[in-house]
Amino acid sequence: MAEWNSFADVEALRREIGRAFEDFGFDQGQPHRVAFLPGREPRRYPLVNLLEDKDNIYIEALTPGVDPQSINLNALQNRLTLAGEKSGIPGDIKPEAFHRNERASGKFVRTIDLPVEIDETAIEAEYKNGLLVVTLPKAEKAKPKQISVKIA
Amino acid sequence: MAERTVATRAQEKGSSSHEETRSQERYITPPVDIYETTNGLVVTADLPGVAKAGLDVRVENNLLTIRGKAAHAAPGGPVYREYGLVNFFRQFELNDKVDQSKISAELKNGVLTLNLPKAEEAKPRKIEVKA
Repeated sequence: MAEWNSFADVEALRREIGRAFEDFGFDQGQPHRVAFLPGREPRRYPLVNLLEDKDNIYIEALTPGVDPQSINLNALQNRLTLAGEKSGIPGDIKPEAFHRNERASGKFVRTIDLPVEIDETAIEAEYKNGLLVVTLPKAEKAKPKQISVKIA
Repeated sequence: MAERTVATRAQEKGSSSHEETRSQERYITPPVDIYETTNGLVVTADLPGVAKAGLDVRVENNLLTIRGKAAHAAPGGPVYREYGLVNFFRQFELNDKVDQSKISAELKNGVLTLNLPKAEEAKPRKIEVKA
């Protein structure tokens, strides 16, 4: 007799749902379109985009509903740790009063390895419209140097 | 509160006065919480990256529509991406028990909170028993 594998069933269901979304054109092109429905299962939270220009690295994190006061940023060498808490439904609401409960809440922590060394003393962070943008200046030695060629 | 999905929208909008297509824009369904209080329903939706100017909440023919335009905040060129911010869209059908003239909305920290008060006649009433 085959053993009933609940994980396999859940996985099959997930694929089914994934396909249904693809059919509606959700999952084409850009990655992880709907994936920031947060924290309902163990997965990376918050989701981040990493951007860069000549002088800085930028981390843009999806943190809707996170109290900016609760955000805790730590940098060590080329690692950045984001921690905070997302508030959920007020505690005095009884479970039977829910119609839908899709937004997860709770504490989170995520460590990001940065591709270059950064200047830890000059990091800036801004929270706006549910997006957290951390500006990390590249360390002086990690910046590209232009070498001029002398004509002999 | 019944949900209208994006997929059924084309048929629902049949009575629209102008031609509408949505091939140019893509939508994300924002996650929502809906719960009931003694005064009415509260709807909260995660809309990261949506500013007040880019948010459109309307009620038409008992249909609540939440539409948001998200914008990235960080400059620079992408190195690594885990999400794409496009537009948010979700519709819910309201019943008559909601007083549609008194709906209020608030957008804070990327979360939209809608208060949908119950209509007077739908509020629970305590009936006094006469001796």
